[in-house]
Amino acid sequence: MSSVKHFVQGGDFLIEEITAESVFTPEDCTDEHRMIAGTARQFISREIHPYMKRLEEGDFPFVAEKMKKAGELGLLGHSVPEKYGGLGLDKMSKGIVGEALGNASGYSVAHSNHTCIATLPITYFGTKQQKEKYLPKLASGEYLGAYCLTEPEAGSDALAAQTTAVLNESETHYILNGTKIYITNASFADTFIVYAKVDSRHFTAFIVEKDFPGLSIGPEESKMGIKGSSTCSVSMEDCEVPIENVIGEIGKGHLIALNVLNLGRFNLGFATLGAAKYSFQLALEHSTERKQFKKSISEFGATKEKVAQMAARLYATESLLYRTAGHVESALGEHEDSSDFKAVAKAMNEHALESAICKIVGSETLDYVVDEALQLHGGAGFIKEYPVEMAYRDSRINRIFEGTNEINRLLIPGAFFKKVAKDFLDTRTIVERAQHSLHNGVFKKQTGELSELKQALALFKDLHLVCAGLAFFKYGTSVKNEQETLMKLADLAIAIYSTESVILRTEKASERNHKQKLAYTYVEQTALEVQHAVIPMLSELLVGEERTKTLGQVSLLLAAYHWPDSVERKRKIADFYSEQKRYQS
Amino acid sequence: MNIFVLLKRTFDTEEKIAINNGRIEDDGAEYIINPYDEYAVEEAINIRDEHGGEVTVVTIGDEDAEKQLRTALAMGADQAVLINTEDDLEEGDQFTTVKILEAFFDDREADIILAGNVAIDEASGQVGPRLAERLNMSCVTTITSITIDGDTANIERDVEGDVEKVETSLPLLVTCQQGLNEPRYPSLPGIMKAKKKPLEELEIDDLDLEEDDVEPKTKTIEIFLPPEKQAGKVLEGEMDDQVKELVSLLKTEAKVL
Repeated sequence: MSSVKHFVQGGDFLIEEITAESVFTPEDCTDEHRMIAGTARQFISREIHPYMKRLEEGDFPFVAEKMKKAGELGLLGHSVPEKYGGLGLDKMSKGIVGEALGNASGYSVAHSNHTCIATLPITYFGTKQQKEKYLPKLASGEYLGAYCLTEPEAGSDALAAQTTAVLNESETHYILNGTKIYITNASFADTFIVYAKVDSRHFTAFIVEKDFPGLSIGPEESKMGIKGSSTCSVSMEDCEVPIENVIGEIGKGHLIALNVLNLGRFNLGFATLGAAKYSFQLALEHSTERKQFKKSISEFGATKEKVAQMAARLYATESLLYRTAGHVESALGEHEDSSDFKAVAKAMNEHALESAICKIVGSETLDYVVDEALQLHGGAGFIKEYPVEMAYRDSRINRIFEGTNEINRLLIPGAFFKKVAKDFLDTRTIVERAQHSLHNGVFKKQTGELSELKQALALFKDLHLVCAGLAFFKYGTSVKNEQETLMKLADLAIAIYSTESVILRTEKASERNHKQKLAYTYVEQTALEVQHAVIPMLSELLVGEERTKTLGQVSLLLAAYHWPDSVERKRKIADFYSEQKRYQS
Repeated sequence: MNIFVLLKRTFDTEEKIAINNGRIEDDGAEYIINPYDEYAVEEAINIRDEHGGEVTVVTIGDEDAEKQLRTALAMGADQAVLINTEDDLEEGDQFTTVKILEAFFDDREADIILAGNVAIDEASGQVGPRLAERLNMSCVTTITSITIDGDTANIERDVEGDVEKVETSLPLLVTCQQGLNEPRYPSLPGIMKAKKKPLEELEIDDLDLEEDDVEPKTKTIEIFLPPEKQAGKVLEGEMDDQVKELVSLLKTEAKVL
């Protein structure tokens, strides 16, 4: 399948200019990519959507049966190497499947959980024997998988796990004791990736089968949403796990846990994009049908502004996800069947920052879109008969699992500061250059097409460097404890990545007219969000007259990225979608 | 068994039709395999799986039609042929299509040819029967079931809602109706395999045809959209009065009684 030519290092976009040819865009998808998306969409519309009620009632055998059906179509094996019974497709295909399957409530969660975190530890870190034994069955759906990391006392602080593993006397088995909670797919899973500490110290991953003595599954949790996905506790009481079921090395479980989550987050971004597009469609269908004051509510300006902003955010989310797919593929494509544990972990971690952004932006775009979609339904949105009600409840978990959005945000400036240190970048020079640019308007020196948007992007980048630099000079290495500042730096980095993805995609596209409207609308909105992050940060980091002066200047600079045609442009965008009745760009 | 499928690329059923300068607007339109041809592809694959042989899918069109052929290959067809008329033909009609297909089948042994009952775009339903006539083959249209035993085919066909049972012999051309089967969608392994399956491209001079030979016999004078649907009328009052009013309206307004 299409190979990605350009390798872009994780976090590069915060320091350098990235060119359009080095990013992958949805328009770069091949015919095979489109066919794969078509198959995944048909699977959902034929096999799952007619049975949403069964999902809502928590019919887990039904979910398991449908996953096996998905296995027959190859939808569980896209990321498993060919020699182990999968298809070994690229990361774009992984994202495409994730997106197409994302609009099916608990089914989507069950499916993604299986193909990502429950299978990938073996794919990337398993021994040859483990791969031969488990991967073909996980790819076909004969085995369904679960992933057990969270414990009552170890949520975001995953490495605080209390589950223990002790080697038995005959040195044939590890004996596991402990309880994992909120485990997706638990009620029907055949394999469980379990993290436990060997001798209470060395964090290690194990493959546990459901029939291993000592493993038991707790009752189903009663959840707010995604009710079609099974969620139980998993307990191990003197559970006997053969030593050959250790994944990777003893004491290196954290490398697996955290790196696999990178791909999980990347995938979750796509799944939430699929769900968000579906909610957007519900909003369009309802707002064009529903009449008040003798007009469809889609004809009112207030609706149009909502529709245009939803569309612009969908466009940005889509742009940054496909771009990240290209980056991840360029780093990881070669490592599918490598046995070099460290190299694999490094490649998986290369785009940790970008993957965190995928998760945050995907889940927050979904929350935003589904909330507005429900609002546009009026009272009907509160009634269970309308699918938007279920979509609204299903959305909420996405900001929590696979690392809360707060944990993911903290990771972003953390990764940035590490990069600066690792690349021996001279922080002072970088910051001074950014300061100089702000004072003298260097960021405005952008030419060619979309130059106004590129100016905005250059301004955002300068602001990020100045804020990060000031924070570093003020707090030193203890900046990592300044969470209030870190969250805002993360918001800035997210704004930069999404804006840049939008601009590069629009620049690269051949059909540009409509995309350009979305791009301008997105940048206008983002300029406000940048202000929202930068002003409180600078207010905290600066003092006296410099503080007052800078706050005023920055507000003035950001205000330039609003354009006189804003209302008219958004109306046009909205009219386009009310006609199409679905998201497309 | 040599199994052939005639396939047409049509607008997606979700696509809105707009007319501009007397032509149907096709900018940015999404295309699919004509849904009735999908039944034909599915049935062809089933026949091959039961009786052995090869399924060849044929279409006439431009390069873009390759996508629909790849989809048929991904579903399980063995090979595909694109008769590319982009450079040679400005316009064509059912005569053109049949003439080209007749030439195509001239040096090929077909045991059974499956086509859609109609194409959802122009809906003429002519190509199958006319081709059968030219090839001197038996022809059964709108089939909803087919079983083949040796040279004999037992067929059920849809006749305006009733079922007609037909026994006939191969070689045979059938056109497929809804209800025949439920077309599969391509599996991911199928999609990846389709890339490697043979897709032959021909032009009309490869079939020893000149442009004049296939010149359409019909002319399109005008293309227009159907009139917009008018608002309906809801009758009110007692049932007896409603019936009387309905009868009178059917007589005076609709003038159908």
